[in-house]
Amino acid sequence: MSEHKIELSINGRRQRATVEGRMLLSDFLRVDAGYTGVHVGCEHGVCGACTVIVDGLAVRSCLMLAVQADRCKVTTVEGLAADENSLHPIQQAMRDEHALQCGFCTPGVVMTLAALTGGAEKPDAETLLASMSGHVCRCTGYQGIRRAILKLAGESEAKQP
Amino acid sequence: MTLHVDGAVIGRRLPRKEDARLLTGRGTFVDDVVFPGMLHVAFVRSPIARGRIRSLDISTARDLPGVLAVLTATEIDRFNAKLLTFFFTPPAEFPFPLLARDRVAHVGEPIAMVVAQDRYIAEDAASLVTVEYEEETPVVTIAEAMRAPPIHTGADSNVGAVIGVEQDEDLEAAMASAPYLLTRTVRHQRIAQSPMETRGVVASKQGDELLVHISCQSPHLVARYLSHALDQPHLSIRVIAKDVGGGFGFKNHPWREEMSVIVGCMLLGRPLKWIEDRWENLVAACQAREQEMTVRIGLDRDGKLLASHSDYSLNSGAFPQVPDANVAVHMFMWAAYKMPQCGFYSRAWYSNTAGLGAYRGPWGMESLARETLLDVAARELGIDPVEIRRRNLITKADQPCTTPLGIPLEDITPAECLEKLLEKFDVTAFRAEQAAARQEGRYLGLGIAAYIEPTGAAGSMAPMTGEFVQLRIEPTGTVTALMSTHSQGHGTQSTMAQVIADQLGVAYEDVQVFEGDSSRGGFGPGAAGSRQGVIGGGACRRAAALLKEKVVRVAAHIFNVSAESIAIDNGIVHIAGAEKQARSLRQIAEIAYGEPSRLPPGMESGLEAQYRYDPPPVTYTSAAHACVVEVDVDTGFVKIRRWLSCEDCGTIINPAVVEGQIAGGLAQAIGAVLLEETGYDDRGNPLAVTYKDYLLPSIADVPDFEYLHACTPSQSEGGFRGVGEGGAIIGPPTLVNAIADALAPFGEVPLDLPLTPPKLLAVIEGRPLAKPAEKPATQPMPEPIASPAEEVTPHREAGVLVDGSWKMVLATPMGPQPMTGHFETQGGVLKGTLASDQGSQDFEGTVTGNLLKWEMKVTKPMPLTLKYELLIDGDTLFGKAKLGIFGTAKVTGQRASTTTG
Repeated sequence: MSEHKIELSINGRRQRATVEGRMLLSDFLRVDAGYTGVHVGCEHGVCGACTVIVDGLAVRSCLMLAVQADRCKVTTVEGLAADENSLHPIQQAMRDEHALQCGFCTPGVVMTLAALTGGAEKPDAETLLASMSGHVCRCTGYQGIRRAILKLAGESEAKQP
Repeated sequence: MTLHVDGAVIGRRLPRKEDARLLTGRGTFVDDVVFPGMLHVAFVRSPIARGRIRSLDISTARDLPGVLAVLTATEIDRFNAKLLTFFFTPPAEFPFPLLARDRVAHVGEPIAMVVAQDRYIAEDAASLVTVEYEEETPVVTIAEAMRAPPIHTGADSNVGAVIGVEQDEDLEAAMASAPYLLTRTVRHQRIAQSPMETRGVVASKQGDELLVHISCQSPHLVARYLSHALDQPHLSIRVIAKDVGGGFGFKNHPWREEMSVIVGCMLLGRPLKWIEDRWENLVAACQAREQEMTVRIGLDRDGKLLASHSDYSLNSGAFPQVPDANVAVHMFMWAAYKMPQCGFYSRAWYSNTAGLGAYRGPWGMESLARETLLDVAARELGIDPVEIRRRNLITKADQPCTTPLGIPLEDITPAECLEKLLEKFDVTAFRAEQAAARQEGRYLGLGIAAYIEPTGAAGSMAPMTGEFVQLRIEPTGTVTALMSTHSQGHGTQSTMAQVIADQLGVAYEDVQVFEGDSSRGGFGPGAAGSRQGVIGGGACRRAAALLKEKVVRVAAHIFNVSAESIAIDNGIVHIAGAEKQARSLRQIAEIAYGEPSRLPPGMESGLEAQYRYDPPPVTYTSAAHACVVEVDVDTGFVKIRRWLSCEDCGTIINPAVVEGQIAGGLAQAIGAVLLEETGYDDRGNPLAVTYKDYLLPSIADVPDFEYLHACTPSQSEGGFRGVGEGGAIIGPPTLVNAIADALAPFGEVPLDLPLTPPKLLAVIEGRPLAKPAEKPATQPMPEPIASPAEEVTPHREAGVLVDGSWKMVLATPMGPQPMTGHFETQGGVLKGTLASDQGSQDFEGTVTGNLLKWEMKVTKPMPLTLKYELLIDGDTLFGKAKLGIFGTAKVTGQRASTTTG
């Protein structure tokens, strides 16, 4: 097995590790780094539960190797809110709109929406809704996720001059 | 992240207590549990559907560095652990193995388990296990199972269970004389339940303490199951499931892999973890549905129902968790309708496919079949689909009444739900829009359906008990509830807190609900049969009332006032006319715990109460739904434009949770009607093994749902009714009816799920749908692997040894029921006793030669007269018991001892 030394930032903290070439980023984040908010639902890139933000982009961590994250900036759902006692606006909107039930797909949904709304450009509701085609939620029928998106998009539109 | 709310909290859309941890990735799912020294399991699985294992070579795998052990049936069977059903009964007359022994019976069947330091190495090693098979022709479909010899050694046919009567003379006469007879066959495809979290277990044993973390629907039920299945009385068993990523019936109880891991942990003395991957989940785990039902309905020309018979088959796979013929399908087939007489015949078939498991609304085939056939009848008779339901639904005015299958009804409201729905949905306006659209070549359709469902069942089946809560006001003044309920997304930590807060007079934020640990609270089956709101809610109300009474007595004593002058509001104990003396619950609690001398004489210190609530046997929920679709006649794609739900789930605890349950069920219904299908090729290879092949509904497939709530309080404590399964039951027929209505100008849509674009295009283009090719006639049928039981014939010869004790098994619709029979004869008179874990009962009958006959009345699960006819042959007995409307059940037995004398 090939072994590789990697150094990356996870949720703002630098971390060094030695990983096998075949180690998935999802397994590295969960098992080695302890960020168990990364949920593995299908391991073949369809369900979206394992989505994290790598260098500003939403990425399925089950389709990326840990070694590929060398020198990258990774954010997991644990690192999204400003502090332990607050929620990121996406998380708050999802809570207000009852956008989750079992909560297994939730971290992935949150991370995709956070990646899309994290930059200077504020995507419209249609873009955010389209991005949800990459996430499977088996509990909610997407009702609350859709309401949360409409709320977020509405707020960002209202803020724009 | 505060949750403070003022005033009454029942009926309010409060934020859930669970969400803060789940939104921030701080939940604890089974794969998040880690123990020092924990090892990882991967299974070696059968690549063929049926055959004999010729050889199994684990040596290369065992030698791989990092591998601790490779366990096969030889090791695992040493523990003699048993697989049981949800009812804690044996799943069949022959035992189901944990790991395959000398034969495999479906693709994906576990054969060996590799235990290694990490999952990567475990999977490497699993691929190094060499198995040689003697492959045999598999039995895959229901049609094949009907004509093939039994797939299981020890079974005398592929019928796993049978109930009902194939042809009843009176019923046939009624249908023959009906002015209009409708016959259709309805098919439901096989479904992968697909909770987003797969199965998983972490087992650890310290001395005599077995600790199991498992993704399940009730840690209490799993603990009880393990106690029966392992049968190791010295073991202290504790089961924990904090957060579970969806259940839907799939995680009712452990099965082959989880049991193997638990036994492996006990064999090796090391903590073991197995997390099912999605490929395993789609290939090897229990699946659901795959049913077909041929329904005949006799009606008069005005669409009034006269008689009906349903012939139902389900493919229960090789090792079903639910090996029954699902009596509920027939019980509720016509329960909401004025159907003068109906009958059924129901068979479950073994096949070389993954075993049958439960799935939300497991009996929902009845609503699919009934509601879709009613629409076909309406179309053929020229009656409006709303009108045919109005003419037949049971209304409030018709109740109380009892259905032909013996269900007493007092307060169902499907007819009222339908009327409420129609106040919101203008059918006339829709028909005008539909007609105009057709002029433009656009095809809109309206689907309407109504139903009732049994919820909150308790007291008639072993696992379906009451629910339990231990409630206390802590010395800090906060309220703690330890519960028998369990959430896999249901939000019971929130809804139970709402009930308690309201009843006790404290703030929602001050109530903390703990569940998910078999060592806390008490037994309950968890999320099974839409029960937790009804029964758990009732338990919370009763326990809170007891606790409140104690607070009032304590406060009245301390302040020397009457109990009537005490009120608790928002955590403050008020005394009428003495507001200055108001005290917080904390102040009262500190006295109750710390200064027992200030309590009324003889009163136990502390502020604690517990209650196990047993509700009425069943609480019914009713609903009517309407859905509008547009079918693109060029592509066959269905777009859902509108969906209205009007349900009556009684008193609503939290509308957001209720609507979430309905929406989730409806999304699953949309998946079943349009997208999802897991099936097999003719060699028994699964055809959907990833989520690229198994299509789950995405956000674009599910419309915004509109909700109307009828809110007729039930007879249960608090007036709640269950709502967990309704959407999944009423959704499919509503959507099928809408599609059929849209395409009515082209012809009849086949009642054959899923309704994929190719199937709909076949209707639109007026061509017969290509049928899957039958297996060529030259293909050899599978060879029988068991000789059928010897035929025993009645004879009149005297001297047959009857008297004594017999170990008997009655194959009931709930699974095999072991019994002990004691017989005494005197001339032609037979006296005896039948005893089972349900109790014991005496009977009197006759003996003629080797033929024994008697009748006995039972009251559970419902009043029935059982008619036994048994033949004795040496030390064995065979025969049948007629179970009234449930048909005939097989009886087998062995002599246990003789009575001399």
